[in-house]
Amino acid sequence: MRPLSILLPAGWAALFVAMPLLLVAAISLSQSRLGQPPFTPLFEAGRFMGSLENYSLLLSDPLYMDALLNSLLYAGTGTLLALAIGLCIARAVAHAGPRWQLPLLALIIVPFWISFLIRIYAWILLLKPEGLINGALIGLGLIDTPLPLFNNGFAVVLGITYAYLPFMILPIHAALQDQPPALAEAAIDLGASPAKAFWLVTLPLAWPGIAAGCLLVFIPAMGEFIIPDLLGGSATPMLGQTLWNEFFLNRDWPLACALAVLLGLLLLLPALLLQRGRARGAPA
Amino acid sequence: MKRFTGFDLAALCCGLAFLYLPVLLVVLFSFNASKLVTVWGGFSLEWYGALWQDDDLLDAARLSLLIGAGAATLSTLLGTLAALALAGRRFPGRRILGGIMLAPMVLPEVILGVSILLLFVMLEAERGGLTVMLAHATFGTAFALVVIRAKLVTLNPDLEAAARDLGATPWGAFRHAVLPALAPSMAAAWLLAFTLSLDDLVIASFVNGPGATTLPIKIYSSVRLGVTPEINAIATLLIALVALIVGIAAWLQSRSAPARR
Repeated sequence: MRPLSILLPAGWAALFVAMPLLLVAAISLSQSRLGQPPFTPLFEAGRFMGSLENYSLLLSDPLYMDALLNSLLYAGTGTLLALAIGLCIARAVAHAGPRWQLPLLALIIVPFWISFLIRIYAWILLLKPEGLINGALIGLGLIDTPLPLFNNGFAVVLGITYAYLPFMILPIHAALQDQPPALAEAAIDLGASPAKAFWLVTLPLAWPGIAAGCLLVFIPAMGEFIIPDLLGGSATPMLGQTLWNEFFLNRDWPLACALAVLLGLLLLLPALLLQRGRARGAPA
Repeated sequence: MKRFTGFDLAALCCGLAFLYLPVLLVVLFSFNASKLVTVWGGFSLEWYGALWQDDDLLDAARLSLLIGAGAATLSTLLGTLAALALAGRRFPGRRILGGIMLAPMVLPEVILGVSILLLFVMLEAERGGLTVMLAHATFGTAFALVVIRAKLVTLNPDLEAAARDLGATPWGAFRHAVLPALAPSMAAAWLLAFTLSLDDLVIASFVNGPGATTLPIKIYSSVRLGVTPEINAIATLLIALVALIVGIAAWLQSRSAPARR
């Protein structure tokens, strides 16, 4: 039983996780070509043919720099927005009675189970120029021309905030829940206003949960494909979307691999931070 | 300080409305008689009828359910084995194994997709439903591992030892002492892996072959052409399925809770 329970998962992890990632790194050094497979072999007649050409292209072509800046901008803004909303909700849940904790948390988790694609699709219905929000505003006579809510950065940031909000709420709630309420009460007894007590006592103590929540939103948002593609269109290229286009539209597999390596390296630091926070016992 | 204020109530109501309203509107408009998505034209089941006429869509749904069931089963088996390995005695490379097994949870989908595709290309495997299933099992295993390990660490280690003392073989002790306590979590892990597989667009797009169009791929290609009432209808059916799955998972969780002591 024991050897099997180690060897089988280890073999699986080596073949389906570790090996593919090494292949991505290897193919990123090759060049695209017409044929099967659509990339040049790394070794020819025993000679190493790889080069860093794809990487120098990525660093020199402003197209990819734009995608990187867009990713940082949209993922970062979406994370901050989710943090603002998530803090209010997590605090409200923590303030509700003990009997309410589980039902409220369940209500916050359930959307995570609903198809991601459908949750993003729902926002197309709402945000389009002829969508429900613009339709309602025009119907009420508040505006004459549709507001530009769709196919822009606004829609992408909103989509990121919406899709990943539960990831923000859960760790912050756990961190707030761990705090003895006496700490904030003491601050108020000593003359702080409730707002000041929250800002100076509760919030700093909830820091591990806040950091975990921000990383849990930022990391997947950086590599997001569906949100920028469906809500932003071609106006808001992000790294994940650019990788997709290189692969499917330009059929440049090696360049897509180089993008994957860069995206992975970019996310390595936040992922390690998350891991370290978890190891320290932060709620995540 | 731990008082529930009016601000808290407002935050909760707005937050839950933000999370649920968009999805509820999709459900509502799936029953819209009008073909114009923003205009309410009365109640109708017309679009659900239209779904049954769409053979491509039904094929995609069937394929997705099949892939989901296969991937979930494989994920649960591997996740259980891995959880047992990681929770048991130390062995060299245990932490590395845990890290690699969980990596698919953190890696962006586009990276996972392109990497597993390269594996299949290298192995010269023919791409289709089977390759999609294996790729889904890769990230399903990571989630299953987390769910099952969370249960495993709450189990009393004496349980297995006691069974062994009473004369059970190692397999017998596992089969009769550990497995029954683990079963509800394994079922929950299966449902989670199934849901994740049913939802995946990105990885399936990379590793599928000609003819292996899964439901999310089908939905995605219609969404790109525009919002239609049929998409609302299929989305509503998927939401109903997820509601059913969440209900079952919650029931399993409540059943497994007393076993903790």
